[in-house]
Amino acid sequence: MTPADLLGGAMMVALVLYALLGGADFGGGVLDLVARGPRREAQRGLVEGAIGPIWEANHVWLILVVVVLFTAFPTAFAAVSIGLFVPLVLLLAGIVLRGAAFTFRHYDRPDPRVRVRWGLVFSVSSVLAPLMLGTVVGALASGRVSADGKDPFLWLGGFPLSVGLLAVALFAFLAAVYSAVEAEGQGLPDLVDDFRTQGIRLGVQVFALAGIAAVLSYREAPLVFAGLTSRAWSLPLHLATGAAAVTAFAGLLTGRLRRARAAAALQVALIVAGWGLAQYPYLYGSGPTLAAASAPRETQVAVLWALAAGAVFLFPALYLLLRTFKGERPIAVVDRPPRG
Amino acid sequence: MTDLLAARWLFGLSLAFHIVFAAIGVAMPLFMVLAEWRWRRTGDAVLLDLARRWARGTAILFAVGAVSGTVISFELGLLWPRFMALAGPVIGLPFALEGFAFFAEAIFLGIYLYGWDRAGPRLHLLSGVVVAASGAVSAFFVTLANAWMAVPAGFTVRDGAATDVRPLVAMFPPGWPHEVLHVLLSTYIATGFGVAGIHALGLLRRPSSAFHRAALRIALGVGGVAALLMPFSGDLSARQVARLQPEKLAALEGQFETERSAPLHVGGLPDVERGETRFAIEIPYGLSLLAFHDPHAEVKGLLAFPRDTWPPVARVHVAFQVMVGTGSLLALLAALHFLVVLRGREHPRPLLRALVLATPLGVVALEAGWLVTEWGRQPFTVWGLLRTADSVTPVAGLGLPLAGFTLLYLFLAVVTVRLLGRQVASAPGEEAAPEPEVAR
Repeated sequence: MTPADLLGGAMMVALVLYALLGGADFGGGVLDLVARGPRREAQRGLVEGAIGPIWEANHVWLILVVVVLFTAFPTAFAAVSIGLFVPLVLLLAGIVLRGAAFTFRHYDRPDPRVRVRWGLVFSVSSVLAPLMLGTVVGALASGRVSADGKDPFLWLGGFPLSVGLLAVALFAFLAAVYSAVEAEGQGLPDLVDDFRTQGIRLGVQVFALAGIAAVLSYREAPLVFAGLTSRAWSLPLHLATGAAAVTAFAGLLTGRLRRARAAAALQVALIVAGWGLAQYPYLYGSGPTLAAASAPRETQVAVLWALAAGAVFLFPALYLLLRTFKGERPIAVVDRPPRG
Repeated sequence: MTDLLAARWLFGLSLAFHIVFAAIGVAMPLFMVLAEWRWRRTGDAVLLDLARRWARGTAILFAVGAVSGTVISFELGLLWPRFMALAGPVIGLPFALEGFAFFAEAIFLGIYLYGWDRAGPRLHLLSGVVVAASGAVSAFFVTLANAWMAVPAGFTVRDGAATDVRPLVAMFPPGWPHEVLHVLLSTYIATGFGVAGIHALGLLRRPSSAFHRAALRIALGVGGVAALLMPFSGDLSARQVARLQPEKLAALEGQFETERSAPLHVGGLPDVERGETRFAIEIPYGLSLLAFHDPHAEVKGLLAFPRDTWPPVARVHVAFQVMVGTGSLLALLAALHFLVVLRGREHPRPLLRALVLATPLGVVALEAGWLVTEWGRQPFTVWGLLRTADSVTPVAGLGLPLAGFTLLYLFLAVVTVRLLGRQVASAPGEEAAPEPEVAR
């Protein structure tokens, strides 16, 4: 294990957590967009309440990935920034509009028309951001990174776009499952059913899009295809992902929602980790390896120490945040409960 | 417009936009937590109302600051990939630590904003304290990276890449203390006077409003102390810059000739062709005194340095004059405020009017000071090592993202101002304060 491998692993962990936490926030925006039926405003309200306290913290995982990338693998960061300029700019536009519109809706006049207008900006940008994020991942996996920036649309290909769509569906699926648990916790059986139905529908779409991406990877992303089919860990990973997916589905169908939530999160984590494993040791395509793009060892060791020190503080704080807003017994552990 | 110029405009615009929200994100949580702390001590419902309204304002501003900061972390690579390829490994450490400070800020702001009735009183107040502290820590780390760009240290360059990196030396380059201190003070000044101006207007309209009076005292209490400390910080900075970046000092002051007993140019416009600063008020010995605390010290002029390493002299000089001028004005206002408070009086109406007029001045000083740093480092991104022109991305057509982001920032600015206006417009006057909704 070199420092470069450890840092590559840390970036994967951060990406998995970004998918599970930040991804679900984007997914909440997608649910806002596709909310239908008589209880659509209630659905939107529940998602808004669920995201509100946590989306800014969830978002920092992405920044952490960027910072580790440019510190520990600076030439790769430069190359990716040049080669994927367009989708990254679109990703940024999505991130800015999503966060801003979400907050503006919360603090603007409580007039329904105003809410609908901000809701539209919020939900459309919640589709744009993961679409571009997935596309960037797809472009990295298939090595469609223009070396000198002279071909700004090299990333536009079937495989990157299919991964983009997969990311949108996957995050929305995750959000639906989380929201079902959230609705159950608030004692809203109608909404639980809405989100369960939504989750099953989105789960089917995830399955279909994953299939399309897998087929396209045969020609466009050989490393991913090899990861799916012929590496030593391919079969166990597939079995685990499949088992997680089945458990999530079964949980949604039978109303075992907490189990469904854990399984859905595991499923998403395994998909992201599978990409990382397939890609290893290359940072993108068959481009530079972790070792080749590495910053000086002193820097990498310093960053590892910084990450370790930060983690000691971060994880308890994150636990406190989730405990405060997502836990059953909100905060009795750390503070006396509020009066009344 | 060349792509280099478009890249500079886009990055400059992004930073000029973000820096306002970043500064408010440092100082506003302190105001809000001070209001809550005083409410918990006194039980005065006005203070709770104030804390909650300030928290709502903070929420809007922090969200815009968080997303615009994300833009910057990506733009570092999108616009300046060659700079990042060189500098990333050297200054990544403060950025990584800043990432954790930002995490802390976001996590505890979530608890603070949404936890009025979910977290207990101690946890809630503590969350506010953590937000305020981690905001300052964030600014601390980011400024370290900027200080390194001006006075790079802790590495050697071989074949265009950084080697022999000593991360801790690079993290604390020579001159870091003065820049960090200056930046931190500026955030409290910009926010303090910005907030104070709004509440001064409220007091002019409703002189007996306890709400506005409490708000004014907290905002000016913090911002005013910072404004009074600023001249000392400025003095420290002047002496450090004179020692570490003599070209920059010469540009700041419009000093072309190297001379002993150099005069201070107040105002004026440097004329690069003629090699003199025209229309300035000259204070004899002033510059030697300020830069070296010695009236006969020698101050290096721009002509002592190769012409192709000069920063844009006129712009740097004017921005510096704006920063010092507005900063001095605010220090004066702060002194008047403390005079009034110490004598146990109410603020006289002329002072309130002056405070209203001074609302944007802290932000003006902040932006001007930031321009001084950035223009003053030109034509380099890493001073003496990497020119801005050699840092830019090879991607063409940057005019398009520039246009797009300009519109986006305009839109965000307009909406933010409108929403904050909504918060202010609904602020209570002298009518009875609403019942507190949370237990103390």
